[in-house]
Amino acid sequence: MNEDLRIIWRNFFNWVMGNGARPENEEIIPEAPPDLPFTQKQESRNSRFHELTLRERYSHWLEIHGLHLFSNVYSGMSVLICVVIVLLLLVTVAELPKFGSENNPANNEVMERYINSGGEETGAKNIVSGMILDYRAFDTFGESALLFTAAVSVLMLLAVSRRDSKNSPERLHKFSQDDSILRGVALLSIPVIVLLGCVVILNGHLKPGGGFSGGAILSAALIFAANAYGFGSVHKFFSERKFVIMISSALMIYALLNAWSFFTGANDFEAYISKGAIGNIFSAGLILPLNICLSLIVAGILYGFYALFSEEEI
Amino acid sequence: MFAKLVVNHYEAAAVIIFGIGLSNLLLQRNLIKKIIGLNIMNTSVYLFLAAKGYISGRAAPLLIQDAAGNWINDASVYVNPVPSGLVLTGIVVSLSVTAFALALTLRLYESYATLNIDEALLKMTREQEALEENLLQESDEDVLL
Repeated sequence: MNEDLRIIWRNFFNWVMGNGARPENEEIIPEAPPDLPFTQKQESRNSRFHELTLRERYSHWLEIHGLHLFSNVYSGMSVLICVVIVLLLLVTVAELPKFGSENNPANNEVMERYINSGGEETGAKNIVSGMILDYRAFDTFGESALLFTAAVSVLMLLAVSRRDSKNSPERLHKFSQDDSILRGVALLSIPVIVLLGCVVILNGHLKPGGGFSGGAILSAALIFAANAYGFGSVHKFFSERKFVIMISSALMIYALLNAWSFFTGANDFEAYISKGAIGNIFSAGLILPLNICLSLIVAGILYGFYALFSEEEI
Repeated sequence: MFAKLVVNHYEAAAVIIFGIGLSNLLLQRNLIKKIIGLNIMNTSVYLFLAAKGYISGRAAPLLIQDAAGNWINDASVYVNPVPSGLVLTGIVVSLSVTAFALALTLRLYESYATLNIDEALLKMTREQEALEENLLQESDEDVLL
């Protein structure tokens, strides 16, 4: 019994390590190693027998079936992971407080504080505007700086490196230069779009809207103009130099206004910023200029993204 | 559990959209479609945040006047304004990340002329192998010299 077990174990060991007995009719493989350059490693093994080790057999098998197996396992695992995550999240959602209930833990004293004194302290009718551009103006400055950083990295990746290498693949998309319908519609609608953007920006502290959404509308007008009349006509009044100057000066003005209000607020100085009457267009202190700066940044950067991705330059 | 999910249907929908986006991100082989999946995930998070800030029967967080013309600043009249600000931050971050990812994808397309991540990886591996072979040959020549 013990002997049988030992034989089985030895066979198994040989199968794994590749030290199986040499068949008698096979020629003996010479032991001398071939002349390998020193960068290639000589496979070290106790003695050269005819059988492959388990690892070698596995790697041979993997070379043939590996990619297929990998893609199958990958898809199966990703479906499994997605289903498990969705089920876990659904169980969590079922445990959340009731939708629309005022007893949600999210509706706590923070919200009460913003609503109770937001109108008096910021002068803004739109509490969200007062929150993001007055209480948390520094956070919004970080957001615009983030947008600026993204624009700079896209510029680095697309425009700057493409100036060196001219062998990029041809673009399939070409602008049709003579589209009278598009031009007519653009002539009619671009003023309306610009007007809507200005209304959204200037009413940011009174109505839903503000710098981000108004800037997105303005950039839509610019993109429309670029599509209808070609990038050349947009370049005439919005060149790369003006783009850089506009965005950086808007960021600087934002930072200075922010610094002024923080400096005076932290040191109890007189800020010389009148809050005005709630509901008037000239009210809410710094929120209106901050909104204008923000909208210039957003409009420039969104148009810059579009121009970079389609025309490879601003 | 199902009845609770029906009550919280906005959050449940947000979670399911999140799952769709995640599976898109993992299963699609085309990089542009992967980025679209990432954006679907972002959108589901906005839906979740907006749903958490909603309180039924209350007004949007724009101050309203009562009959006498005074501004009502009672917290029991308006919905929660905090998630709106958070969603704004999220939109800006997702926009920047999407633009950056698309720029990287464009560069990859210029280098390997494919958007399929498997093909691009295969080409990268072959390039690497060719590079290593070149290095090996060079080292051989060095040895011979």
